[in-house]
Amino acid sequence: MKRHHGRSFWQSLVVRIPYLWLLAFFLVPFLIVLKISLSQTAIAQPPYVPVLDLAAGWPGLKAFFAALSFDNYVLIGSDPLYLLSYVKSVEIAAFSTLILIFIGYPIAYAMARLPRRWQAVLVVLVVLPFWTSLLIRIYAWMNILQHDGLLNQALMALSIVKEPQAWLATDTAIYIGVVYSYLPFMVLPLYATLEKHDESLREAAADLGCPRWKIFWLVTLPLSSSGLLAGVLLCFIPIVGEFVIPDLLGGSQSPMIGQTIWTEFFSNKDWPAASAVAVVLVCLLVTPILVYQNQAMRTLERE
Amino acid sequence: MRKVSAFNLFAILLGAAFLYLPIVVLVIYSFNASRLVTVWGGWSTHWYAALIDDAPLVESAFISLRLALVSATVATLLGTLAALALVRFGRFRGRLPFAAMVYAPLVMPEVITGLSLLLLFVAVAVDRGFWTVAIAHTTLAMCFVTVIVQARLIDFDMSLEEAAMDLGASPLRTFLAVTLPLILPAIAAGWMLAFALSLDDLVIASFTTGPGATTLPIRIYSEVRLGVKPEINAVCSIMVGVVGIAVIAASLLAKLSGTRGASARVRVR
Repeated sequence: MKRHHGRSFWQSLVVRIPYLWLLAFFLVPFLIVLKISLSQTAIAQPPYVPVLDLAAGWPGLKAFFAALSFDNYVLIGSDPLYLLSYVKSVEIAAFSTLILIFIGYPIAYAMARLPRRWQAVLVVLVVLPFWTSLLIRIYAWMNILQHDGLLNQALMALSIVKEPQAWLATDTAIYIGVVYSYLPFMVLPLYATLEKHDESLREAAADLGCPRWKIFWLVTLPLSSSGLLAGVLLCFIPIVGEFVIPDLLGGSQSPMIGQTIWTEFFSNKDWPAASAVAVVLVCLLVTPILVYQNQAMRTLERE
Repeated sequence: MRKVSAFNLFAILLGAAFLYLPIVVLVIYSFNASRLVTVWGGWSTHWYAALIDDAPLVESAFISLRLALVSATVATLLGTLAALALVRFGRFRGRLPFAAMVYAPLVMPEVITGLSLLLLFVAVAVDRGFWTVAIAHTTLAMCFVTVIVQARLIDFDMSLEEAAMDLGASPLRTFLAVTLPLILPAIAAGWMLAFALSLDDLVIASFTTGPGATTLPIRIYSEVRLGVKPEINAVCSIMVGVVGIAVIAASLLAKLSGTRGASARVRVR
């Protein structure tokens, strides 16, 4: 009896400590963002009103709720700058995810077909760049893409172009940076499912006279759909909110939404507007995030 | 027998070249004697020697290392507890929101995580600095640790624990003597990932930092915005080298402990 009691005490502690941490530092901050998105900018410290003052009691609480407004959301809806920013982020995320599928799938497929010993080496090779700082990897591309960088030197040496081309500060540079940075996130989940495939299924299809492209389309691809979905979500969701890549490689004319939040916050010091932009972004991503969580938990239960 | 076609090999070679060429170029150019980043002026370690005299940069490097040590350690502790809770305690009340809070930060854009944590720190009127960044990094990293340790716990052979309990070991003793050593490789991998995440992070640190806590990525970012410089090439090459050696060492270590763990399991059986 005593032992049972002791165990349940430890059990509740094991659950409660991380639970409380995430409540305090993940959920509560979100509620604060939501609240500030309904506030007004002010020249004060902190730079927004109203500030919730619990000491003022019930009338204070009522005054607080009366002062909340949807002005920031009206602003986002009416200013085309914000709308363009959202559209551009989703567009870049969607197209680069598509490119990632076309580049990542052949790599993952080839990895899964190699002898076991080589597979382990290749997994380390794919993961290794992910451990290196994103900032450094993007900076490495700045070296290559700049006006007199290696890419232009190589293209001119091969006489593909006559004049040096502008690569930096273009959307092409953003695509290159995004595809480069997120490739491991696409390859690894795909490899994990492809590696478990039973080769005899493909052999059976081939024996029955199925052409190779059709085997891929009817057998391989459907069997790898869970890995494909995981890869798509792991890439698409963070790319939409990406800041470092468009900031260092992209141009200044049309910022992505992560940059918009950053400038609203750091340059314009408009905390309520930054919060409102962030809330709309979360709403935009809430469906893919829920699909991702569902997928992650299902994989967990199945194991 | 699986056949590896020429197309397969081509995909792998091209992929590897794409992943590694930029980093190789960066490292080579960090040894360039010429101040002009694109003109090759012969080999030189000049830029590395110049780094030691750059006091703010060295200070930032130490802040980042300390930050990574602290946040990785706390995150590993919290993440391991969370993984145990998720795998071992069945369907406790509030499991679903708990799991949701573990998975959501993994894909949440960093800008939002950083902004929301900053607004929290402002709301409770804490002075921002080293510890606020440490809390922010811990929160993000613990979710990654949870996923890694969780995967290991799912593969875990429960009969080992049952055997220890049948022989009279207390739950705590069972955990320390049987469970912990077997999941240790995953915990170590989680710690390393948490360490790397903290060392790497620019966005969340920029939001949550304060005076006197300028991390290395923040310092590098402010330089990089102004363009490509040979000194920065040298700093980045050092970081690439350190990370590369650490990851290779760790994967060798994991391989060793993995085979040892497996043989221990066979012996117990």
